[in-house]
Amino acid sequence: MEKRVFFKGWWLPALLVAPQLLISFVFFFYPSGQAIWNSLFLPDPFGLKTEFVGLDNFRFLLSDPYYLASFKTTVIFSTAVSVSSMALGLYLAALADRLIKGAGVYQTLLIWPYAIAPAIAGVLWLFMFNGNIGLASYYLKALGYEWNHTLKGDQAMFLVILASSWGRISYNFLFFLAGLQAIPKSIIEAAAIDGASFWKRFGTIVIPLLSPITFFLLVVNVVYAFFDTFGVIHTITSGGPEQSTTILVYKVFSDGFVSQDLGSSAAQSVILLVLVGILTVIQFKYIERKVHY
Amino acid sequence: MKHLKAIIASIALFAMFAGTAVQAKVEIQWWHAFGGRLGELLDEQVNKFNASQNKYTVVHTRKGNYSETLNAGIAAFRAGQHPNILMVFEVGTASLMAAKGAYVPMYQLMKDAGQKFNPNGFVSAVSGYYTTTDGKMLSMPYNSSTPVLWVNKDLMKKAGLDPEMDLSTWKRVGNALDAAKAKGIDMPFCTCWHSWVHLENFSAYHNIPFATKANGFAGLDTELSFNSPVHIKHIQTLGKWAQEGKFKYMGRRNEAGKNFRAGECMLMTESSAGYAGIKKEAKFEFGIRHLPYYGATEAPQNTIIGGSSLWALSGKSKEENKATAAFLAFLSKTDIQAKWHQDTGYLGVTTAAAKKTKSSGFYKANPGTDLAGIQMMRNKVTQNSKGLRLGSFDQIRGIIDEEMEGVYNGTKTAQVALDSAVKRGNVLLRRFERANK
Repeated sequence: MEKRVFFKGWWLPALLVAPQLLISFVFFFYPSGQAIWNSLFLPDPFGLKTEFVGLDNFRFLLSDPYYLASFKTTVIFSTAVSVSSMALGLYLAALADRLIKGAGVYQTLLIWPYAIAPAIAGVLWLFMFNGNIGLASYYLKALGYEWNHTLKGDQAMFLVILASSWGRISYNFLFFLAGLQAIPKSIIEAAAIDGASFWKRFGTIVIPLLSPITFFLLVVNVVYAFFDTFGVIHTITSGGPEQSTTILVYKVFSDGFVSQDLGSSAAQSVILLVLVGILTVIQFKYIERKVHY
Repeated sequence: MKHLKAIIASIALFAMFAGTAVQAKVEIQWWHAFGGRLGELLDEQVNKFNASQNKYTVVHTRKGNYSETLNAGIAAFRAGQHPNILMVFEVGTASLMAAKGAYVPMYQLMKDAGQKFNPNGFVSAVSGYYTTTDGKMLSMPYNSSTPVLWVNKDLMKKAGLDPEMDLSTWKRVGNALDAAKAKGIDMPFCTCWHSWVHLENFSAYHNIPFATKANGFAGLDTELSFNSPVHIKHIQTLGKWAQEGKFKYMGRRNEAGKNFRAGECMLMTESSAGYAGIKKEAKFEFGIRHLPYYGATEAPQNTIIGGSSLWALSGKSKEENKATAAFLAFLSKTDIQAKWHQDTGYLGVTTAAAKKTKSSGFYKANPGTDLAGIQMMRNKVTQNSKGLRLGSFDQIRGIIDEEMEGVYNGTKTAQVALDSAVKRGNVLLRRFERANK
């Protein structure tokens, strides 16, 4: 049933894939190669001299308890961001899908936060929870709750999760809404006539039909939580207090660009590269099997 | 149509002349870390220099905080896009010194440019930080400060305390905090720059080593030693105050300054250079005191500097280096230095500037502004009070900050935290030693 196009000769297909190959090479293979190469050296910050150290950078990293702790931090952070933003996105989409009047207005407003860059979102939330001038921290204090995310790790973690999920809810909302609207009304109505309650219909019809989108969003959100939340963490906590919000990608940055330890930073990039590779394979091998298209 | 052509031609002609006019001046770049009031004062200095002659133009750019500025400079150096002058805070000094070839040493720069420059004109407690062991000055001291105790006199009165009471020891400070807490003052104590004030200066002030090998001055094979019983006692005290709500932690850098200026914090340990902002914003009567110490030890030694120096980065043309030399010589002039000292609360880094300020009656009119200078130069410096020269020190400070956060939030004892900071810091020192052998 598949449609296939066959090209005669080799130059036309080569020409057509060339741009993609070029982009992959320039933006992926070349930097990755550089990272792997650099991870074997211990350079000084100014790049004036460098020493070949073999796998010492990796040994150094894996014996650092804070590096190992940052794996755990990353898992907690990514899970919390993905699950909370997807659950809320789905909830809001289910509500907006049932709207009769003013649907456009609600939808637009709900999508709005997605347009805000992570760093700006970080600053916004930071302002609200700032110990000196923040409104949220002021009201929390009035309620008798001491807010100080510069000192308390769990509060800092909560705040970065909140700020990272916030814009993401819009993104997930958008996709879930599109998914919900693509489900034929007739199926839902048929189930309703058979006497299935709203929750029954949601659980047995809507969720399975949404599974391709949910899977897609899971992959995208995990990638987002791993890499794109850098701006939020940098603006709100800079990885503190006591590295309690230092996720792997932030550690790459802080060791490389704050501490100027480029060898260790490169080694971390390599580990991250391998990790994300494994994660992607797992997702497509095992989770995708459970998805109905 | 004819008109249009004429207009375009004249614009092009004008642009050409304007272009050559600009090119005739040598332009140099200065990257720094000053915003707010300090940024305004820095801008004033640059404008004064640009107006004072017509050969050179200095363009200054703020690159963020101290660490961000240093990192921007290093990254730019790797890419060959670096500025002529880079502001490097005292913590980065060892990293710069080790990077031979990345900078033109100050004595060399001045000699090549034929600038008159007297390194002995600088206060030795300051210039010693930026001078090699064989007496060669590598960078030019710009702003130097030392930590002092800031007092909100209005809150002291509210706490039922005499605002002029003796606060020279930590024990007396502790008593004052108890009284303040009992009277319901929300933030009796706060501090900026935790490691700098409570470990680095604390060590010098009590004449105990922060690191072996004369705090790193005598070799790269230095090891941290700030986990002595005296250090632990002090950090444990801070931790106890934090648990009891007498000390509020606001952040690792100078975040607490905001609370002090807003009149919320009663006693604050912060750089003497907090003066510029406090004088501008405080709507209460404030006082300046010497940094407290532990009475159990003998009379305090001296405190050490914080702040920055200016490094002339290498790889620039001879003309530009001349401009750099001219500008740096301008900055070290007595009237510029005296004004900077009086405006900001930074130390007068040249002896002439300090003398001029004294004779102008400034210290009498602004009591307390001379304390920082006295505190730094009160004794003959020892191995422990000369300063610090440790590689990767910005990163080590980060580790210290992290561990101290553990003490303040009650998850670690001072002993555990400082032992761990020493251990983790030593790993970085060994790595630095290896990379710079």
